[in-house]
Amino acid sequence: MAMSETAEKAPPSNLPLVTHTEIGAIDNETGYRAFSAGSFHFSRDEYFARITWPEGTHTMPVDAFLRAMMRDVAWGFFYGTVNFDDVIGTVNHYGEVTLFAGRYNDAYHNAGRDREERFPSEVLMPLFKAIMSDWTNQGFDPFAAPMETGAPWGSKNGSNEPAITRTRVSAKRIVGLPGDTPLRTDANGFPVNRMFPDLDQSKPVVEPEPGFEGEVWAYNLFDYLSRSDVTWNPSVCSVVGESLFCPTTEEFALPIDHGNDRCEWFITLSDEIDWDIKDKETGKPRAKVITRAGDVSCMPADIRHKGYAKKRAMLLVWENGSPIIPELIAKGEAPIVSVTW
Amino acid sequence: MDYTTRLGSLADYDKGKVIPIDDDPKNYVFSNIFEVAGQSAPYERVAVAKNFEYVIEVARAEGASGWYSAAHDEFVLSMDGVVEVQFVKLDDPAAVVAPGSQGAVKLAGEPAGRKMGRVVLSRGHQGLLPHGAAYRFVAQSPACLMIQTVEGSETVQKWAEICQNS
Repeated sequence: MAMSETAEKAPPSNLPLVTHTEIGAIDNETGYRAFSAGSFHFSRDEYFARITWPEGTHTMPVDAFLRAMMRDVAWGFFYGTVNFDDVIGTVNHYGEVTLFAGRYNDAYHNAGRDREERFPSEVLMPLFKAIMSDWTNQGFDPFAAPMETGAPWGSKNGSNEPAITRTRVSAKRIVGLPGDTPLRTDANGFPVNRMFPDLDQSKPVVEPEPGFEGEVWAYNLFDYLSRSDVTWNPSVCSVVGESLFCPTTEEFALPIDHGNDRCEWFITLSDEIDWDIKDKETGKPRAKVITRAGDVSCMPADIRHKGYAKKRAMLLVWENGSPIIPELIAKGEAPIVSVTW
Repeated sequence: MDYTTRLGSLADYDKGKVIPIDDDPKNYVFSNIFEVAGQSAPYERVAVAKNFEYVIEVARAEGASGWYSAAHDEFVLSMDGVVEVQFVKLDDPAAVVAPGSQGAVKLAGEPAGRKMGRVVLSRGHQGLLPHGAAYRFVAQSPACLMIQTVEGSETVQKWAEICQNS
């Protein structure tokens, strides 16, 4: 998602670095390729993604797998931990990434059935992209809400490269300013989403004196968001130093359980988003957070969260993308909770 | 199917909550911007979110504010109501705000400089408050503003008053 482009490498984990990945042959029955990363093996069939490692095996519905992996790819392994579900996921070390199975699941971990392997990001990312490219059929958009896309099921049936190679939107200063990321309009391919027919699409009054056209600026953020063609995919809209306003539109369920390595703030701009909060390390439930328009909440740095929205909602995700934070996290000096009183 | 978007306002909001299972609700620093703005003095810039030195401030715009400036960009989003933002390019920004300083500074009087223009923001509109400029807000009716900025002398922190405590 909305990661700072200045993010620096964190000190690597203690795991040995694995660099071996492999793209397998096409399966004669399903038409899909299998893939390997270290000792992890990935395959898919008509309904399921199957992941195996020396100590275990795991099955995910392939729609959920593709939606989760799409976010991991689009966000460059994101901040902290991306749990595809309660078993599979990645941890970003900003330059290196850990692929794990069962590591953050109490039952797997305590039974010694978990595994984690560390890869250079530039090794694992191309493999993940290759999986997305091969396993995404024509008509299925892993960024779209379930009611807005075709199904991923069945044997190999074409591809959908435009859907899975969208460019991440990241304003340098603010959306719409000359030279910065453009506004979304009907003309450039961003119609208003079906769930926002009633939003005010008016433009603000902007009256710069001559010579100040690049400094006196405003735009309709709600209109901009109502035209987003993706869900659960924040984009940077305004920047103060390392403070990144990353609004997004949310419908159905966040495809991952995000275990951020730093505090992350949510401001619900419209409608309702409900969050399930679990412990980042063990996966045990800790809280539910019900948020409606105007609500502000902080996700602590020791939890994982998953959101649900029945009606497409606008959410402002607020991140601190400071490059010093990974080092503070590694030293245990980053706060778990942003504010105490 | 027809869809209705639920937006909040100073007069009408439906606050959610933290439901703890095995946690302290205070860890989620949960508040509602309309409630905060409604309970604060006009143009009191109350922090509702803080991440290291960065903050999100909420203010109720009502009448004309004083003039502010900052050594860095800030951004304002109207969450309810209409607010005009007037801008002046400061003749000597360093004399008003120390270079490299953080957060908004309230000017003692009128700013010295050239008029830059104005924007008028309605609900959902986001505007740039550029560094090197002075700005003030004017609202004929109460409006709710959210400001992306850095903690400074104008930032009011009253977490125990605004957040869910139990």
